Amino acid sequence: MAAARVLRAGGCYRRHPLASASSSASSGSGRAAERGERPDSVGLGFRPPAHSHSDWIGPPDKLSNLRPVIFYVPPEESALERRLREARQEAQASNQRFWARHNRAFRQEKEEFIYSRLKAKGLEMRDESGQKATLNAEEMADFYKDFLSKNFKKHLQYNRDWYKQNFRITFLMGQVALVRALRWLRRRKKNVEQ
Amino acid sequence: GLFVWHLRNTGARQIPCRFVHFYHVASNRLITFQYFNFLKRMYVTQCNKDLSQRAKPKSDSIVSPFHELQQLDQEKKVVHKISSVSPIHQSWSEMSSRNELREMKSAAETEDSVIPGGAESKEDRQWKEMKLRLDDLPGILARLSKIRLTALVVSTASAGFAMAPVPFELTCFMLASLGTGLASCAANSINQFFEVPFDSNMNRTKNRPLVRGQISPLLAVCFAASCGIPGIALLTLGVNPLTGALGAFNIFLYTCCYTPLKRMSIANTWVGAVVGAIPPVMGWTAATGSLDAGALLLGGILYSWQFPHFNALSWGLREDYSRGGYCMMSVTHPGLCRRVALRHCLALIGLSVVAPVLNITTWTFPIISLPINLYISYLGFRFYRDADRSSSRKLFFCSLWHLPMLLLVMFTCKKSVLEKEDKGKLHGGSNEMAVEIRLP
Repeated sequence: MAAARVLRAGGCYRRHPLASASSSASSGSGRAAERGERPDSVGLGFRPPAHSHSDWIGPPDKLSNLRPVIFYVPPEESALERRLREARQEAQASNQRFWARHNRAFRQEKEEFIYSRLKAKGLEMRDESGQKATLNAEEMADFYKDFLSKNFKKHLQYNRDWYKQNFRITFLMGQVALVRALRWLRRRKKNVEQ
Repeated sequence: GLFVWHLRNTGARQIPCRFVHFYHVASNRLITFQYFNFLKRMYVTQCNKDLSQRAKPKSDSIVSPFHELQQLDQEKKVVHKISSVSPIHQSWSEMSSRNELREMKSAAETEDSVIPGGAESKEDRQWKEMKLRLDDLPGILARLSKIRLTALVVSTASAGFAMAPVPFELTCFMLASLGTGLASCAANSINQFFEVPFDSNMNRTKNRPLVRGQISPLLAVCFAASCGIPGIALLTLGVNPLTGALGAFNIFLYTCCYTPLKRMSIANTWVGAVVGAIPPVMGWTAATGSLDAGALLLGGILYSWQFPHFNALSWGLREDYSRGGYCMMSVTHPGLCRRVALRHCLALIGLSVVAPVLNITTWTFPIISLPINLYISYLGFRFYRDADRSSSRKLFFCSLWHLPMLLLVMFTCKKSVLEKEDKGKLHGGSNEMAVEIRLP
């Protein structure tokens, strides 16, 4: 149990960068948009170069394995583009929350399982050389089966939410791309006429 | 060969021009050595991760500052190794390599305009701009469409075409192969589009293009549509409507049934086996225009083969499946998983015997294929009995060469069209008219 407590403490030690970023993004994005800044980057500790007009994607998060994205806020962002960006930010934040919590639970429960099994066998968590004792795949199979069935309903709900988010974001992307294409064509026509 | 090629490609992209950018030492050997060293490290890691799914304990989050220092140490070690190789220029190369390290750090800092510090700049280097570069696009689309799997699917369709008891028509064959390939690209792209967060969390799939943000979901869907629609149109109009319908049905089955079902029930494996069985049927219908017993037999062989192949593979991925929320037999019903694999290995023997009965091959086929079928059944039995990683790996690797070999033997034992017609001539002169009509 001591091992599990240490792990839990270790897990809480790390700040949730995206959770704070999303709240600051929604409040500060209005002002930030005027200045052309990127409010998300505050929580993530990386600032894209000022001249860049595209989104930046980072390395996988240690807890959720998802890659965080810092979105570019153009100075003349239309309402549609804003809806797209906010949908993507919201999806990113909720996915981050889900997977961070889920993976942390997996790791903790796995440690607890290993600890209880080793205790039942009469072994210590670390052997003589100081290496962490592990169980082989066959012994872990019971844990994997158990974990999967426990989280089944949670996954079903998450799947539904994820599919809805994915379709919505892709549809908005399509709308934005269409509007941009029409605008570009209109501008070209104007240039040709001039 | 292919495996190494893949790595070299990704290696080349992952070592950004940074090594060239601040590489000031005259000798070219320095940069090549570091390149290969990096590749070697990557190859070894990949080799271990690919097949033995021992989850790396994520201790990184707690010990990250030390991890950063460790990385720098490793880089220093690399540099020192080089200097020991050429003792004549030792002092000169040591100094230049120290300069290089300093330049590496300063270059990274100026590029990202972040507070200086070795640990920070390394993390910052991993941030990538989400801008699509046209010269990256072919590679990205190849990975999005799972080009190697597509090639395998097209080759099973070609096998179906080749086994059909009709004279070989090259244009029909090319159109059928192209159409099947495009349909497969479309299906694979949609599959990846649906599975981004799950792919991110599994070791096997975390380097896919959508996961890495190399391509937007919109572009992935557009690519899928631009492959799928022409592909199915080609099959329907250029080959025959039956093949087109089968192709469209297979895309639907894979993207709308198999992919969501993976997270809901173990029935996904059986649906997936049907998905794998349809391409040879498509090849057969492309050649003959009809769905007869031979097509179903070929489909049956592919269907049965999927089980030892997939069940053995999934045995080593149980941890990732459990954490990712995938409902697979290997996790929830391990006994069933092994039983089904063995059952279908034995079914392959049975199906090989049915082939000459249906007049698709001669009787030499079940005899010649018996050794390889018995071998895979033996491995299937070992997997059933031992239920450990080594037996699952043996069965999986065997399935990889078993299928191409079985199809090859089948093709060589194919009952030739001429042979059948000769038989017709022998059986009676009154049938001569009929025989002549049958000749192309």
